[in-house]
Parts: sequence; C-alpha cells; structure tokens
Amino acid sequence: MERNLHKQLDNMKKSLIDQGYLDEQFIQLEELQDEANPNFVEEVVTLYYRDSARLIQNIEQTLEKIPLDFAKLDNYMHQFKGSSCSIGAKKLKNECTQFREHCKTGNGDGCKRTFQQLKKEYAALKKKLEHYFQFARQAGPIEKACRPK
Amino acid sequence: METTGFSSPRADAFPAGLRVLVVDDDPTWLKILEKMLKKCSYEVTTCNLAREALDLLRERKEGFDIVISDVNMPDMDGFKLLEHVGLEMDLPVIMMSVDGETSRVMKGVQHGACDYLLKPIRMKELRNIWQHVFRKRIHEVRDIESHEGLEEIQMMRNGMEQFDDGYLFCGADLISGKKRKDVDNKQDDRHCGDPSSVKKARVVWTVDLHQKFVKAVNQFGFDKVGPKKILDMMGVPWLTRENVASHLQKYRLYLSRLQKENELKASFVGMKQSDISSKDTAGNVCLQNSSTTSQNNVTNGSYVVCGNKIPIKNVDSKICGEDMKIASVQMAEPKEALIGDVTDPQKSSNSRIGLNHSFAQIGADVKYEPKIPARYSWTDVPPVKFNQEHKPHFQSQSWRAEVQPVQFKQEEHKPHFQSENSFSHLPLARNHIQVDCTEPILSHHPIPSTNEKDKQADISPNCITSRSQGIRIVAPVESTAELFSVKPESHLTVCQEFEPIPCSMWNTKNHSLEHILLNDLDSSQRNLILGTGSGFRLWDEELQGYSPQGGFHPQNAGFENIESLAYNNQELIADVPPLLYDSLNFDYGNPSETMEYPVMDQGLFIA
Repeated sequence: MERNLHKQLDNMKKSLIDQGYLDEQFIQLEELQDEANPNFVEEVVTLYYRDSARLIQNIEQTLEKIPLDFAKLDNYMHQFKGSSCSIGAKKLKNECTQFREHCKTGNGDGCKRTFQQLKKEYAALKKKLEHYFQFARQAGPIEKACRPK
Repeated sequence: METTGFSSPRADAFPAGLRVLVVDDDPTWLKILEKMLKKCSYEVTTCNLAREALDLLRERKEGFDIVISDVNMPDMDGFKLLEHVGLEMDLPVIMMSVDGETSRVMKGVQHGACDYLLKPIRMKELRNIWQHVFRKRIHEVRDIESHEGLEEIQMMRNGMEQFDDGYLFCGADLISGKKRKDVDNKQDDRHCGDPSSVKKARVVWTVDLHQKFVKAVNQFGFDKVGPKKILDMMGVPWLTRENVASHLQKYRLYLSRLQKENELKASFVGMKQSDISSKDTAGNVCLQNSSTTSQNNVTNGSYVVCGNKIPIKNVDSKICGEDMKIASVQMAEPKEALIGDVTDPQKSSNSRIGLNHSFAQIGADVKYEPKIPARYSWTDVPPVKFNQEHKPHFQSQSWRAEVQPVQFKQEEHKPHFQSENSFSHLPLARNHIQVDCTEPILSHHPIPSTNEKDKQADISPNCITSRSQGIRIVAPVESTAELFSVKPESHLTVCQEFEPIPCSMWNTKNHSLEHILLNDLDSSQRNLILGTGSGFRLWDEELQGYSPQGGFHPQNAGFENIESLAYNNQELIADVPPLLYDSLNFDYGNPSETMEYPVMDQGLFIA
C-alpha cells in the first residue's frame, strides 16, 4: 500500500516535471531532505509562497501606476525570478524572463499580459504542489525507507 | 599539506567546519543554502540583510572563513557589501544571482568576488567553495614563509654579528612594503623553499621568449604597443594575453627605472651575494645558480636560493624587480637538478661556475651579464686578464640605457662554466672577489698591486692590496665600476646591481657589507657582502683592519641586490673545509652611466 503511494508520488512528480512546471532544482531539494528535515521540500515551498506573495502584490501595485516604472518592475521581477528558481518552478521562471524582456523594451501591455499569465501559473503550481505534498504526507517518509540504495 | 590553520574547532577536518556566512534577502534561498551548506559539513550562519551581515562580520572578526552573498538586496547592494568585506575583513566572497549577464559577473569580479554563482545554486558548487578559502590560505602561508625566509636571514646575520657586533645588515629591514611584495613574488616563483606550497603555473620568461617580446615591442613602438599586439606578434600559442600584459608592465617599470637611474647616476645599488661555503657545497650552489641562469624569469628580485645547505639568498627587490631581473629568479627551480650533480667534490670547479652565475645574474640585471661570465675566467688566469676583459666588456656593454634588460646569454655562461672546470684546483682554496663599483663620488686610486682592474681609490684597496695583488684603479672618472677580484684561495664573486636607491640605503648596506667582510676576514667561512657607496669606505677601513688576518677567505660570497640580504651559512661554513673559495663580484654601475664612464674592474687575488 505504502509502496503504491510512493509510486504514485513519483509519477506525480514526474508529470509535473514533464509538463514543465518543475525542473531539476525540485529534485535537488528533495535530495536535501533527510531525517533532520523530513519535510524540507514542503517547508521550502511554503516559505516560497509566503514570501513571494508579497512580491506579487508589489508588482501588482507597481503595474497600476502610470507611467510604469520599468526599473522597479524589473527589480521586483528579478527577485521573484530568483525565488522561483529556488524551488525549481520552471514555468514561473519562464514567465519572469518574459516579463523582464517586456520591461527592457518598455512594453507595458506585454508586462501586464505576462503578469496575468504568471499569476495563473503561480496559482496553478501552488495547487499542484499542495496536492503533491498532501500525497507525500500520506505516503510517509519515503526516501530513506523505500529507496534501497 | 596542512597549510590550513583554521581557527575553527574542526580545523583538522578541513574543509569540514568551514564557517560560512550566507547573505540573501530571499528567505527561501537562505533556507536552501543553509541546508546545502550544512550537508557539506560547513558551519552556516544566515543573514537576510546586508547591513546585518556587515555588523556580524565586524563583530565577529575571524569568525568566518567565507561569505556568500546575493547581489540584489534591498538594503545594500551586494557589490557594496562585497567591497566592505574585501576591505575590512579580507574574506573571500562569493556572489550569487539569478542574473548571469556578463556585465554583472564582471562587476562582481571587479569588486573582488572570488566567484560568481548563478541561481539556482547546486550542492556541488557549494561543496567546492572551500577552495577559495584554501587558496587564500596558501597565499598567506606563502607570505609567512617568505617572512620566515627573511627571519632566517636575520638569524644568519645575527650569527654574523657574533663575529662582528657592530653592524647589522639592513637589507631586509630596508625592504619597504612594495619590496616585500616583490620578495613574495619571487618566492612564488621559486620552488626551492617549500615543496608544499602549491604553485601556480607561471610563465617562465626565458631569454628567448623575452627576446621575442622585446622584438614585438620594438616593432610596434613602445608607446603604442599593447599586450594583444605583442601576443599576436610573438606567436607563442600557449602564452596568454595576461601573461604578456604582466610582462609588459614589468618591462615598463623596468624602463622607467632605468630612466631614473640615468638621472641619478649615483650609484651602486644592488649587491648580490653568492655564498659558497665549501667545495662541495659551493659546487652545489654554483650548479644551482648555473641552472637557474638558464631560466629567465620575470621575477624581479633575484632571489638566490641556495640549494640545500647553501644559504645564499639574494633579494633584490628594487632593481631587479621590475626589470625582470631574471637572473635571480632563475636560480630557484633549476637548482635541484644541479645539486645532485654537484656532489662531486671535484666539481668544485663547478661551484665556481655557480658563482659566476650568480654574478651573471646580477649582471643580468644590469644587462651586461653575459659578458660578465666571460670575465670571470675563473680559471687561474692571472688577474690581469680579468682586467682586460672586464673593461672591454663594460664598455662594450655599456650599461646601456637600452631597454633590453632581460636578455641574458645563458649559453655564454654555460661555456664559461665548463671552462671553469679547469678550476678544479679551486678546492684548495681560492677566494675571488670581484667588485664592480660605480660611484662618482669615490676617488679612485690606482693600486700598484692590483693590476688589472680599476679601483676606487678610496676604498681601502690597500687592505686588499696587502693581501691580494693588484688592484688597479682604472677609472679616472668619478663614477666607476670596480671589480675586485680577490683571489685568495677562496673565490668571492660579488655582483652588484644598480639601483637608484638613495644613499642612505647604501650606507646601511655598506655596513652590512662591512660586517660581512669583517666576518669573512675573521673566519674564512662566510659570505661576503660588499656594498659600495658610502659604505664602501667603511668597508675598506675595516678591511684594512682585518687585512692582517689571513686575508679574505670569504668562503661564501653573497651578493644581495639592493636590499641585499646577506646570508652566511655558518652551518655550511662549519662543514666546509677551511679552504673554500668564495667569489665575490661586485658590479657597480649605472647602466646608463657606465657607458659614459670608464668602468673599473679590480681584481684582487689573494693567494
């Protein structure tokens, strides 16, 4: 039973990666998980969402101001991108890059459009990850127990 | 190698226990980095504000080994933090950012970052950061070693003091910060000292290579030339632009120095000592030197390291420094090989050669090196010959202001050496002292006894004469280069390099020289350091005083360049049989001036 869960968990993760939500960084994080921090990945992701919410808000407010302060936007997005890459949020990272491109070219509409997209991805990933961690908790401590190495 | 002396409790387990301070305003990254670093067995401290980090660093100096900092932080630019850390704590700092733009990375490096990591950062990258700490340690160790080297010298000097209280060698003490630095550099180039230290692959500027370089420079014109052009022109595939740039810089400094020297005209500057204690030992030294000669390094100072026991160290920071006084540098590496050969007692002749080398090296600085070797005919040739040879050489060489400083004719040296073999008799004991001094101030007195060379009359050639033979004062003019060749059984060769150094410096050196001489006089075993200049007189006096004694049997002749470090190896001496030959060569002269003024060589031979 437990084994089964772990397998499902693996599949979930794999599909998240295949769909481009996550990249290897996420796997890196999982490798950091150990007895001392059995829920390390989840903690990190939680921290990420808590901290980045502030950034999203900042960006949102900045986007409402006219004229647009691209330098400021770029700076925020730079931070957001740095954060996002910490958990391996690949799609978000791509949106960030796109957004910054628009900042560079002074494309306000592009920025807004991309930002909407980004928020969607942001929420979507959050959901998927919550689901994933929920599942992981059910499966129990996996790595050490189940992976013969 | 246990070069790491971390103060952290786990020093023995290096790099485990490396104390890392992580600064990032992103809590997610802080958490991840902390975890990663802990997994690397490092001690981690995290900080989400740059200012806080700075306070922490100031508060706990010596509390961290390395800092990892994000570039973009709200309260303080990461580069700013980097600067502070670099200035105040001298800690290695690794910058990190999600941005990998070249300009950003470059900025980081310019501000002193030892590395620039791109986020997302991986474990494997962090696992390796200890290398930055280690690298720094190595450099520090090297510094320490070089300082120890100086201390050693000091000790040796102290030893000398036993013989003669009065004077201390100033050499090392005189060394200013910059010089010190040069010394360190030299050490880097040298191998001899510590097998443990990790060497950077350095470009050895051989004569050949340097000639190519000079040719390229001349081709373009000195003012317009740049490293890239030179590099292209030289066509040496493995050479990098940085290599050339660094060499060019030294070359420029060298030239400017030459310029100054011309202006100054005063004097003498550097001295070198080569110590040859006993036959065998001497032989070793010599060999080393010779070997070294073949290699021309960029290093300035001539750091003469003596092979095993031989205590010869020449440090010329000043003169040589920039000029690439290749000669000295050369010494280091080749040594080892040579040493092995030296063991034969009979090779004493070789030892001689070695001396020559040293001389040659010195010469190199001056630029007339190649010829110098020729001069030395260590062979039993009568002093007179020397004179003849010497003069022509100098003139011909005319310390030209010319730029081509470095060109050494190694080849020439070698042949000489071979010829020298004839010296096998040397083992008996011969001291050969050649002093070349160019000082305008000194008055020259022709000395009947010494024939061949010119002397500065003021100098107590008399003393010398008493023992040795003929010293001739050839140089009529104020400035002169004197060569003394003393050929007692021992052979002393003293070479001096020219430096624009202030007189005061000289005096001090001279004192040292005096001491040395005295010592030498007292005990045949010693290095002779001759300093010319004001000190010269003193020297003479002392010599006179001592002359009655057996005469010079400086077994070891060491020349130091400007900073002249005289080494006496007592140990060696002790081991060495009484009859050792030491060669002292003094060359004084301003390269530029020499041409103008007749060079005087004196040879004293004391039988």
